[in-house]
Amino acid sequence: MAQPLEPTARSDGHNAAKSKPYWVEPVITMVILGVWVLYSLWEVLFHNTGTYHNYVSPYFSPGVGDWFGWHVLDALYVAWVPLLFRFSCYYYRKEYYRGFFWDPPACYAVDKPRPRYSGETKWPLAFNNLHRYAWYLALIVLIFLWKDAVEAFFFKNGFGVGVGSLILLVNAILLTFYTFSCHAFRHMVGGKKDCYSCDGKPTTSYKLWNRVSQWNTLHGTWAWASLASVWAADLYIRLLIMGVIHDVRLF
Amino acid sequence: MSDEFKLMVWRGDASGGAEVEYHVPAETGMVVLDALHYIEHNLAPDLAVRWNCKAAHCGSCSAEVNGEPKLLCKTRMDQYVGQTVTVRPMKTFPIIKDLVTDVSWNYKVAKEVPLLAPTAPAPFNMQQIDVDRIQEFHRCIECFLCQDTCHVLRDHAGQNKYFGPRYMIKIAEFEMHPMDGVDRVPLLAHEGGVGMCNVTKCCTEVCPQHIRITDNAIIPLKERVADRYYDPIKILLRRLGGKKDDVSEPKTHAVT
Ligand code: SF4
Ligand code: SF4
Ligand code: FES
Ligand code: FES
Repeated sequence: MAQPLEPTARSDGHNAAKSKPYWVEPVITMVILGVWVLYSLWEVLFHNTGTYHNYVSPYFSPGVGDWFGWHVLDALYVAWVPLLFRFSCYYYRKEYYRGFFWDPPACYAVDKPRPRYSGETKWPLAFNNLHRYAWYLALIVLIFLWKDAVEAFFFKNGFGVGVGSLILLVNAILLTFYTFSCHAFRHMVGGKKDCYSCDGKPTTSYKLWNRVSQWNTLHGTWAWASLASVWAADLYIRLLIMGVIHDVRLF
Repeated sequence: MSDEFKLMVWRGDASGGAEVEYHVPAETGMVVLDALHYIEHNLAPDLAVRWNCKAAHCGSCSAEVNGEPKLLCKTRMDQYVGQTVTVRPMKTFPIIKDLVTDVSWNYKVAKEVPLLAPTAPAPFNMQQIDVDRIQEFHRCIECFLCQDTCHVLRDHAGQNKYFGPRYMIKIAEFEMHPMDGVDRVPLLAHEGGVGMCNVTKCCTEVCPQHIRITDNAIIPLKERVADRYYDPIKILLRRLGGKKDDVSEPKTHAVT
């Protein structure tokens, strides 16, 4: 077997009974991504802090505003990075082209001719070809999120574990998988080569590429899981700040 | 009536046609092609359907069963118990007669893809890790179901702008070959039109050979095009190095 197979590879044939109408999937995508964008706008435009004691919301980290002493719309200086990263991600591209552009709404179920289609050849969509730069920036943010995750275990009275610490840790882990299963990263570490053994160091780039390829088969899963964890982490901290809930310390 | 299937088969030619109803007795393990053969032998001897191997290997029998692009010989009837089975020709290609379409456009595209040009005389001495990737692409049986499905060709009439997923596989197969010396990146970016693909993966969903067309061929090729034509830093470095974008740079490999 040449490359890892997708675990969801269609098993051909069995159960052809169409379980749901073609528009269900794109509409679900539209609703989830739509609500997420609205929530993010609310979070970014109407809040100035994402810090609750030793917890920092992923929307507000790193605190770029703090570095420069700017204290208006703190999240705005950093939230655009993950937004750009996800917007240009090959997986999300598939999802929003299907969900929002209806290009195509369903693979063959509906034919919707649109003569002016230009794919990703024209700006602004051609911008997606620079996904790797969004990846570089997202990597920097990820390092800070790991720092936050570690700090979330150190309370005023020393080491401890709260629900918030666990949420931030899980978030950092899921984002790590998402970031390192990226198609652009897969290209960087070895995909761009035509020959792995020709430079005399057969193992490094091949092994890396092979590992990333394995993670990459689940890229869509990491994409959704990390979206959910970022959301959960932010919401949890927002509710703590608002005093709606209280952090539960496990020990 | 579980011992019988109702089929609606599209009959006609380039000037038009309609679905015609047939009833076919059910048999254990039968595939759609069996049902069509029953119709040919017993009900409508002039029914046109292209097939050859009946083993999902030759790629001749592509059509659309209940709207899904499929190989007729690999699609079992027992999944449609209680349903009407509609069989129509592939939508993207011009109709010749009934279920037979004219797929010759694909062969024209094939001629535009430069073949493997080895940097050293065969036989090659290659490592398995270097050919892992391209072996997946060798599984293609040229059924053109991916071409039929791709919305660039199917809905946007992009035949003059995009070679289609099958030929992205073909280009990837040569382009990633350790012994190949041709540079097809300019072809991909221009005539090949890889930018027309919006990575929506419908081709991957229909491929009967389970080739991960989008993830393993198209996206890696898009990244190569990005290296050459979009990445400002790489473009700058290449210009500083005195190389032009569209001039093919012969790849040099140590031949082992
Ligand atoms: S992924 Fe690209 S090539 Fe495949 S069907 Fe979609 S647009 Fe066409
Ligand atoms: S890539 Fe798959 S769907 Fe496309 S022609 Fe080859 S076997 Fe058929
Ligand atoms: S492809 Fe999804 S993050 Fe790069
Ligand atoms: S008859 Fe050969 S693939 Fe179906």
